[in-house]
Amino acid sequence: MAPDLVGLLSFNVLAGIATLALITLGLGVIYGMMRIINLAHGEFMMLGAYTAVAATDAGLNIWVAMLVLPPLVVGLIGLVLERTVIRFLYGRMMDTMLATWGISLGLIGLVTSVYGNVVRGVSTPVGSFEIGRYGASLYSLVIVAVACAALAGLYLLLRLTKFGLILRATMQNPRMAASLGVSPDRIYMATFALGAGLAGLAGGVLAPISGISPAMGAAYISRAFITVLGGGPAIITGTGLASTLFGFINELVSFKTTPVIGDVALLVAAVLLIRVLPQGITGRYLRRSL
Amino acid sequence: MTHSTISRRGALKLGTAAAASAVAMPFFARNGLAAGEPIKLGSLLDGSGALGLEGKRMIETTEYAVDLINKAGGLLGRPIKIFAYDTQSSMQLYTQYAQQLALKEKVDVIQGGITSASREAIRPIFGRSKTLYFYNTQYEGGVCDRNVFCTGTTPAQTVNHLVDYALKTWGKKAYIIAADYNYGHITASWMTKFMKEGGGSVAGTDFFPLDVTNFSSAISRIQQAQPDLVLSALVGANHSGFYRQWDAAGMKSRIPVASSVFGLGDELTTMDASTTNGIVTCYGWYNDLPDARSVEFVKGMQAKFGADVTDLSELDTATYDGIMLWAEGVKKAGSLDRDKVLAALESGISYEGPTGKVTMDGATHHTIRNTYLARPKDKKWEILASFPEQFPADTAGACDLLKNPKTNKQFTPDLKG
Repeated sequence: MAPDLVGLLSFNVLAGIATLALITLGLGVIYGMMRIINLAHGEFMMLGAYTAVAATDAGLNIWVAMLVLPPLVVGLIGLVLERTVIRFLYGRMMDTMLATWGISLGLIGLVTSVYGNVVRGVSTPVGSFEIGRYGASLYSLVIVAVACAALAGLYLLLRLTKFGLILRATMQNPRMAASLGVSPDRIYMATFALGAGLAGLAGGVLAPISGISPAMGAAYISRAFITVLGGGPAIITGTGLASTLFGFINELVSFKTTPVIGDVALLVAAVLLIRVLPQGITGRYLRRSL
Repeated sequence: MTHSTISRRGALKLGTAAAASAVAMPFFARNGLAAGEPIKLGSLLDGSGALGLEGKRMIETTEYAVDLINKAGGLLGRPIKIFAYDTQSSMQLYTQYAQQLALKEKVDVIQGGITSASREAIRPIFGRSKTLYFYNTQYEGGVCDRNVFCTGTTPAQTVNHLVDYALKTWGKKAYIIAADYNYGHITASWMTKFMKEGGGSVAGTDFFPLDVTNFSSAISRIQQAQPDLVLSALVGANHSGFYRQWDAAGMKSRIPVASSVFGLGDELTTMDASTTNGIVTCYGWYNDLPDARSVEFVKGMQAKFGADVTDLSELDTATYDGIMLWAEGVKKAGSLDRDKVLAALESGISYEGPTGKVTMDGATHHTIRNTYLARPKDKKWEILASFPEQFPADTAGACDLLKNPKTNKQFTPDLKG
């Protein structure tokens, strides 16, 4: 294989991994910390993408529209939903699944009635570059950078801030944390908003390269769930490792065969992984990581 | 305990009376029909979901066409009433609603179906119930079923010219990307056949399920194969991401793209001009066609549904044609009886529509119609060429319903030929 093709492939694999990490992180935060299976995750992403559309329509700077507004707006929406729906259902996994599924359908309906069932788009802010004879999208580099920044930012937040410490404590043992004066209720609220915000960020960043429609979330949610389950209890390390593994397999197999076989390979890898490591990668290895 | 105000015997009497009238109802209803009762037109289109983009306008066109007929006094002196179901881009709903329309509503004609998969799901149902069915979408061709009329263009009328243009303008080596269901597969076969007949070659063919959003591996594969051009039969909202990613990877200036589906939805209004410019297409009609009847159709739709209706496509004019040709058939037959209308439609009916002259070919149940070659230029269609009265040669190669009225299958291209 020619060196420039290897370069292009490695670049694509890297972008694939970053995309997977980005769409998974928000789900991982909510599931990993609160044990809530958020079936509205895809729709949070969709809201992020629509925020980017609305902001660019309003003439805002594209970078602000993609990177700043979506996490803020969707985080706020997450906060409202947590206060009005989710907080009454803590500890009831099936009920939260049902509730978030309802939210997901409601959001699709809402956005459809506001924007109509049409495909919207945001233009890509950066151009392309060359790897030898091949052209590649500079925007993929943006995705990689944002994914790295999101992972690192979350790590620093959990490791270095007081808020992060309280968050981890609540996650480990909410009753003990409560007896030490922490309000788990508030922490859960903040966590849910954080997870929603990360989903919004993913939606905003992916907006320029996807067809934005009210039902777009469905195309991402299964891969996000598989990656969360494959990653295991440690949110950051787990998401990072599982995204790397699955992204690598998916991109390479897709290139060698077709995207269908690529998805099959991803699923087979996930099944094997869960069979060998039922708790996900970080259920066995690196258990003490974040 | 409270006492029931209706005695048991009374309730029994009431129930019997109700049941008896319910049984008798169809009898009374049947007697009432022949007078001013509306003719029932069943519509099955995806107003929401992945295909909502295309379906929405087709539903509006259906309403527009039926409105026009009703304003002109209806058919056989009776108004037409639409029984429309939103199939929500779900195959299961297609079969469910098709049964309802055929068996419960007992409609006189069905107009609808968007994807070929949906058509194949409902075609047998209407065959069984003997409900006349019009499929009004450009598709891969080859459906040969006496109960079904197809008004959209087929590959011999469009893809043929597309490949021809590509071979003359861009080069001999093509890469084909297509949606992974019967439309994509059969269209890809036609593309391959036309390429080879024109002395070209196909470097590779890839199929993508409708939920694929990431095309980076596909774009790498295409680059590796280094074709002179790309032929696309990608379909739906998720697949529109391909054109964005293709543009983002800087491929637009390197390898030209021709597509058999692009622009049928609202791609031109929602995508950047830089993404859409120069993608060559060939359809039976374009929104920017300057002919008088075409302009009249666009104006009429805008008057009814708002000035923002600027993204009409062949899917809409074919829907219009389907309803109008059926109306012509009913007028000629002077009856709604399926066999009489069938015979009338098979006699070679034609009418002047937005696309020009459209003739129903009796042998294939497909239309002989004009087609056009165009590419987007700054969100408008720039017409490059027109091909008058194109015959559905693909379907005609295997299908003759006048000779063999019992045929009921879809023919696929023979690649060896």
